[in-house]
Amino acid sequence: MNDAIWAGTISVAGHENAELEAYLARPLGEEPRGGVVVIHHMPGYDEASKEIVRKFAAHGYAAVCPNLYSREGAGVSPDDQAAAARAKGGIPDEQLVGDVAGAAAHLNGLDHANGKIGVIGFCSGGRQTFLAACSLQIDAAVDCYGAFVVNQPPAESGMKVTSLLSKAPDLSSPLLGLFGADDSFPGPEEVAVLAAELEKLGKEHEFHTYPDAGHAFFAVDRPSYRPAAAVDGWKKIFDFYGRHLSA
Amino acid sequence: MCTYLTQKIELDGAAKGAAGWFTLSDGAVYVDHPYHATHEHTLNIDFTNPGEGPSARVAVELTEEAALALVEAIQKALAAAPPGLASGAHARAAS
Repeated sequence: MNDAIWAGTISVAGHENAELEAYLARPLGEEPRGGVVVIHHMPGYDEASKEIVRKFAAHGYAAVCPNLYSREGAGVSPDDQAAAARAKGGIPDEQLVGDVAGAAAHLNGLDHANGKIGVIGFCSGGRQTFLAACSLQIDAAVDCYGAFVVNQPPAESGMKVTSLLSKAPDLSSPLLGLFGADDSFPGPEEVAVLAAELEKLGKEHEFHTYPDAGHAFFAVDRPSYRPAAAVDGWKKIFDFYGRHLSA
Repeated sequence: MCTYLTQKIELDGAAKGAAGWFTLSDGAVYVDHPYHATHEHTLNIDFTNPGEGPSARVAVELTEEAALALVEAIQKALAAAPPGLASGAHARAAS
């Protein structure tokens, strides 16, 4: 078995052909494999996001995380890019969809790609994963505690974010949702509304809400980390992608 | 949780960032996950000048207690000085 991987910074063409910095990791083996687009959280394109990309490659997928804040300037540190993007109210949904489409196309253009694409996102990236899965043809989506899929954000937030519930009929793939019972964004009631809507629409989904876990329970570098939830969550993610991203 | 709530203010002054001093024009204040502090949530302040690009930024991440202590210290310092001494209107009138 060859478990070696390659990982490093590349460029991908995003929305309206914008050049985006991106972090790619892929196995060096010759086996056909699915691709995973990783959508980073609101604090930006950070070390933790790159670690997640490498984790997927170590499990046999080609994975890429586009820096959604690339437009804030090359050579600008990711935390400054994130602060600048936040001050502008975040990134437009249309731009996000174009960026994910570009990242997915890049993965499908790699040697040994089997044509299957998964998307996963954390925090604001969880909402954006749902958006991408309702806007693009993908094969498996994983929403990790994304807020404002159902509820509108507070009016005073200034964020360019709206509820996505009306897009649910367009969900193109099975959806795995991983949530913390102690989270408020999204709170358990928001998760329940989304589950009921997907049930009503006959959309394949699998939601898990972990007790004693709040927002960002996967984040190993933050006090919010909850090992029991994160370990089981990763198992569920790889099981889910194993079923849906195989050739 | 991500609060997504950001208080934005116009600022008049200067700050020293990674590339040296720059003139401040904007600020953002929000309670959310920090980038660097090892707390789950912090009160974050960005002192910025978007006109000079995203790198013209001084970032501060404070605990709630530290943030409130800072507010109190700012108010005490201003109260201890003659009214208007550090006023932007005063500075402009004098220049």
